[in-house]
Amino acid sequence: MNSDSSSARALSVAITGSGGSGAVTAGLILLEAAARAGCYGLLTRSSGPQIRGGESAAMVRFGGQPLGCMGDRFDLLVGLDWLNVNRFADEIPLDGEGVILFDPGVGAVPPALAGSGARQVPLPLKEQAAAIDGGRLNMVALGAVGAICGLPREALAAGVERVLADKGGSVLEASLACVAAGYALAPEPFVALPAPGGGTEGRWNIGGNEACGVGALRGGVRFVAAYPITPASEMLEWLAPRLEQVGGSLLQAEDELASVNMIIGASFGGVPSLTATSGPGLSLMLEGLGLAVASEIPAVVVNVMRGGPSTGIPTKSEQSDLNIALHGMHGDAPHLVLAPLSIRDCVFTTQWAVELAEHLQTVALVLSDQSLGQSRVITEAPVRTPAPLARRVEEEPEEDYRRYALTADGVSPMTLPGVPGGIYTADGLEHNERGTPSSQAADHQAQLDKRLRKLEGFDYGPAWAELHGAGPLAIVTWGSTAGAVLEAAGRLEAGGTPVRIIALRLLAPLRRAALAEALAGAERVWVVEQNHGAQLFRYLHAEQALPAGARSLARPGPLPLRPGEIVAAVTATA
Amino acid sequence: MTVAALRAKDYKSDIKPVWCPGCGDFAVLSALTKALAHLGLPKERAALISGIGCSSRLPAYINAYGFHGVHGRALAAASGLKAARPDLAVLAVGGDGDGFSIGGNHFLHACRRNMDMTYIVMDNEVYGMTKGQASPTTGPDWMDSKMTPHGPGVRRFQPAAIALAAGAGFIARGFSGDPSGLTRILAAAIEYPGFAFVQVLSPCPTFRPDHRDWKEQVHGLEAEPTGNAVEAARILQADDGMTTGILYAEELPVWQPRNQASASIAEIEEEFRL
Ligand SMILES: Cc1ncc(C[n+]2csc(CCOP(=O)(O)OP(=O)(O)O)c2C)c(N)n1
Repeated sequence: MNSDSSSARALSVAITGSGGSGAVTAGLILLEAAARAGCYGLLTRSSGPQIRGGESAAMVRFGGQPLGCMGDRFDLLVGLDWLNVNRFADEIPLDGEGVILFDPGVGAVPPALAGSGARQVPLPLKEQAAAIDGGRLNMVALGAVGAICGLPREALAAGVERVLADKGGSVLEASLACVAAGYALAPEPFVALPAPGGGTEGRWNIGGNEACGVGALRGGVRFVAAYPITPASEMLEWLAPRLEQVGGSLLQAEDELASVNMIIGASFGGVPSLTATSGPGLSLMLEGLGLAVASEIPAVVVNVMRGGPSTGIPTKSEQSDLNIALHGMHGDAPHLVLAPLSIRDCVFTTQWAVELAEHLQTVALVLSDQSLGQSRVITEAPVRTPAPLARRVEEEPEEDYRRYALTADGVSPMTLPGVPGGIYTADGLEHNERGTPSSQAADHQAQLDKRLRKLEGFDYGPAWAELHGAGPLAIVTWGSTAGAVLEAAGRLEAGGTPVRIIALRLLAPLRRAALAEALAGAERVWVVEQNHGAQLFRYLHAEQALPAGARSLARPGPLPLRPGEIVAAVTATA
Repeated sequence: MTVAALRAKDYKSDIKPVWCPGCGDFAVLSALTKALAHLGLPKERAALISGIGCSSRLPAYINAYGFHGVHGRALAAASGLKAARPDLAVLAVGGDGDGFSIGGNHFLHACRRNMDMTYIVMDNEVYGMTKGQASPTTGPDWMDSKMTPHGPGVRRFQPAAIALAAGAGFIARGFSGDPSGLTRILAAAIEYPGFAFVQVLSPCPTFRPDHRDWKEQVHGLEAEPTGNAVEAARILQADDGMTTGILYAEELPVWQPRNQASASIAEIEEEFRL
């Protein structure tokens, strides 16, 4: 059996079931076990909006190189039950070289899967689970998968112990017994374990939502106010106890209008603050974000995008909030828009966003998405931002202190409540340099210029984008889609077509000159993104940042963009 | 060396109010500066947070840190500030439209969250800044707004009773025509350890000239402030909306952040290492 043709040595396994079947738990253990065996890995989850009784699948891909996306096809599907499998059959492309592992006692392979032609391997999973006190089918299946993929038994056991650590002794024991039984059950390992990529020293196993939380802490965030929403809630749940541990706090607000105004209030008090939300919540926050822009109070929002518009598809991914993030605020409201390029990069980008917002006294929107937020990765430890940028605070304001003074770099002196001699009123109404409300044209023009100047004039360094490769074919992309583009480029290059990738991390303010330089000499330019409206493509065109003839590959969610799809699109027009 | 005591005028900024001549908010501004002077609060340790409306302009007129935000969200911003900076005296101020209409949800939750702050609503029973539309506290048959030509036709919002039901521990009503009574109430509210709500009857001479007769209608609460919520509910149910004084005062658990630094970020990050 082959793994993905051109990303050789990566193996894709799907564990499917209905809610409560333990598919995700098994997937988490498989990922950890693969990591212990020296592999890099990626786990994505698929679930429906139902709380119980819905569908649930874990997709795990592992191999000898860092992985930024799922492949085009799956090598192995394990069905714990077939209750809701039709709901995600199209997320798990199988073919004649794939294998379906299942217990015939649970039912025959449904037509949606059987039609793929994948080889069916029946195993008595249920019987084995029943023979163990407290045994569960998902753990037996996990053992079988581990054996089939050639994972060492100890790696599996270590994975079980790590993931089920807080479940208590008897659960742990039963699970280990089930995994051993499943391991013994499996036929020969017919998939060679991907060659491990170096030692595991220093590697992390982290989810995207957690990674944004880590970035927030590293950036200095010590206050979070937020309202729960899928798929951002996990970031907040992860942060709540950990903020306390570092001397901060999280407040669950009554709604998003409250949360954004709460973080603005806290930030006015001098404490770096952040909120996290998803599409509908971001809409509710826009008025407050305009206030932060106008009153020059730092504020950071991590928007974990899901399928929209409206409440859309809450549990699945899309990159369709770019328009609102760039253009949603009323008035002329320059601000920062950033997007992490991978789960690992969620740490860096969120930290950078906090530092930039603090330093430039502005709003930073971080566009993560469900496919990053709710996935986990085995990765090298995330890097830190190059030089910590902090808020510049006036401890001893001069006699003639003017909070909104028109400085050369556009950043005005800021005092914090409690500082004598620095008293001022922050205002969302247009104001003069002292903060006194003003409706005069000159004051408006001067403050607008200043707020734009501080963003446009700042030197963002090389982090505005990740650049890879060279050649006449250029692919511009942003955010999570970068993972699939990278893998597509690897295949194209293996096939003799060099590819130049420009993966944008800083979307606003757009670094036009740097982008022009990166695109110089490109003969064919593609813009790849996961939304229906080609939002980045249109934005870049509006900014006159694309050469004539540039083409768009924009496909909505919720199915992830596959590398093969990107290869096919750019080669069809070669 | 002793620091010279601050006087009321030290808390006044040099910005000229936008208010109309005769606006009740002038008296609120002056009573507030007196209350702050009475408490001897250092100017830079007080922060006044407001939303949008004529009354919400007040922070700029006080010589303390101020934050003039967006319509209806003063309590949210004030809560964030208090959570982040428990050392500050935080006062949220604004109008009846700002606080009870667009900000109604935050009002309910600020009452029940009970953070240590003061909320002063200058109630003129009208939207002043947008020029005379009905507010939640406007009576059902007030016919003078073009937007509700038949009168609002809905019952009035009952700020004090709602605050009590939502869980506030300090509820008072003042009148801008009684400056010394109002000063006393505001000082007590700022001193109260928890969420103190003060509704100030503050007439709008421009859009509600009929409120000239409030002077005859207001009357002080006969009894001492009660700390009994059932008794307070009885008083508020029987109330004509013109009773001034501290209507309810009881100490309740206050929401505070539990930030107790116990780990470094590096220690927290350990959970991700293989
Ligand atoms: C989101 C939003 N909607 C509407 C407005 C317009 N607006 C400004 S002030 C105001 C009403 C203020 O009335 P009130 O709070 O009673 O204060 P007053 O002016 O009477 O002191 C309204 C509706 C706004 N600024 N923002």
